Amino acid sequence: MGMTVVEKILARASGRGAVKAGDVVEPAVDLAMSHENAALVINQFLEIYSGTGREPAIWDPSKVAIIFDHRVPAESAKTAGNQKKIREFVSRYAISKFHDIRGDTGGICHQILPESGYVRPGAVVVGTDSHTTSHGALGAFAFGIGATEMASVWALGTALNVEVPGTILVEVEGEFGPYVGPKDLILHLIGLISAQGANFKVIEFHGRTIRAMSTSGRLVLCNMSVEAGATAGIVPADEETDRYLRDEAGVESVQEHVTADPGASYSRVISIDVSSLVPQVACPHAVDNVRSVREVAGTSVQQIVIGSCTNGRLDDLEVAAGILRGKKVARGTRMLVFPASGRIYAEALRKGFIADFMNSGAVVMNPGCGPCLGVHEGALGDNETALSTTNRNFKGRMGNPSASVYLCSPAVAAASALEGVITDPTEGRN
Amino acid sequence: MGNVVLKLADDVSTDVIYPGRYMATVLPTETPQFAFADNAALNAALRGGQVPPGSVIVAGKNFGCGSSREQAVSALKGYDLTIVAESFARIFLQNAINLGLHIVTAPGVRASVGDDLTVSGENVLNGTTRLSYAVERLPQARQAIIDAGGLIAYTRKRLLDTAAGVTHT
Ligand code: SF4
Repeated sequence: MGMTVVEKILARASGRGAVKAGDVVEPAVDLAMSHENAALVINQFLEIYSGTGREPAIWDPSKVAIIFDHRVPAESAKTAGNQKKIREFVSRYAISKFHDIRGDTGGICHQILPESGYVRPGAVVVGTDSHTTSHGALGAFAFGIGATEMASVWALGTALNVEVPGTILVEVEGEFGPYVGPKDLILHLIGLISAQGANFKVIEFHGRTIRAMSTSGRLVLCNMSVEAGATAGIVPADEETDRYLRDEAGVESVQEHVTADPGASYSRVISIDVSSLVPQVACPHAVDNVRSVREVAGTSVQQIVIGSCTNGRLDDLEVAAGILRGKKVARGTRMLVFPASGRIYAEALRKGFIADFMNSGAVVMNPGCGPCLGVHEGALGDNETALSTTNRNFKGRMGNPSASVYLCSPAVAAASALEGVITDPTEGRN
Repeated sequence: MGNVVLKLADDVSTDVIYPGRYMATVLPTETPQFAFADNAALNAALRGGQVPPGSVIVAGKNFGCGSSREQAVSALKGYDLTIVAESFARIFLQNAINLGLHIVTAPGVRASVGDDLTVSGENVLNGTTRLSYAVERLPQARQAIIDAGGLIAYTRKRLLDTAAGVTHT
């Protein structure tokens, strides 16, 4: 019987001729990523060796990546202490894929990995972050793990007991209308199948719309696949993947593409035509509480956030800057913009987007996770409402359990910033 | 065996179990104080020792969805609790197995706060309603981690076995 893309990747990585959904395998890991939670990984890693009489050793330091992003620059002495401890470990164990707090090479882990060329088609990528699913955008099998599991990967170089996931095939056809894009598509899909609809499964994206989509857009789809419970999202590598790796990530070598066999078996097939899709929004407090923007238009918002590993890339900033250019963010609404990496920030500066944001009244912050997880900056006041291009709106997510968060695309966020209320960007603009 | 101290709906996220703002705290000895921190009454009861060891939290589907933060597991582990859910989110399930948190998957389970639950490897018996629910077994490979005493012990064994030439397939 034919294998799916992920079955093929896992068969190769576990040295087996064939695997099928439900098998438990131990794939060799090509890339193991952590952020500030490496502080906990380090503890667990050293614990593995305690009492064994052996020196702790990382299986392959060149395959370990550590990126500081969740609290940059440190918001507290405690975080600064964790970061210091990680820096010492990084130099002691010669971990080269380390991205410290820097304006040139720093940024959010899920942006740094692809833009640095660390993720390759067919690779097995693990990360101590649930949005590690993002890297499926480059045709890799990428999934989130806990800190103790990462410690085990550091020691052994394999992920233990990975269940080969079944695959949900999502076929996307049609052309997006103006101000409608990948974020609206993934919100629509999550609303359709629910927050548990893809539990222990991979979502594999196909169809002409996906083939025509940039890697940046594919990252949005794979990033949020985990919000439907998916182990991973994946877009099988194609010419666009080659273009991205060559032109944007500086990878010279030619990459092999892993494709599904004819006759591969899928647990579910979903077809979506995006030509009639309208802007979507996930309402509080669940990512699968999805409605059209029109249904909640007029809801007043005190904070707008553009950024994160979901929508903090150059094309996102471009759309938002285009809507804000020459106009003003409404009084009573504060707008925060977090480019996903230093490189994106610099490019946005060169293209004038940063000036557009600042002139409109938005506050441009340094690259990093910022307010996305409510621990660093941009926390909400009691009963306030935020509209954000991030990926989670759980109760308390932006630092205040009495606040509400709506999730949307950069176009919806920017159009709403001008009005101070949730606004459909397609109304009156086309 | 234990009384239900908390009954939760579907899709309870790790942000609810362990709010993100306490994530700089990583040590398993320190995380339990922030378990369900945004539920002030429950958090106070846990910290004040008013929740007896062996108590049970009953949840719906997809318990522990969202962030991969392991603190959500280590925080609960600090209190000798059993978590019975209709299903768990993948990363939470792995973390619970890796750290040895007592979790049980029982599809269809129904219970209210105060009900007396007896949990075995086979089923969950609600002594109050007299209804019993079958427990979903873990795949063998995962059971092996639990049997070894968690992933740290399991990995240590694998390292030593590899050094001694024992192969695992
Ligand atoms: S931007 Fe938000 S979702 Fe993305 S890695 Fe950072 S905290 Fe996680």
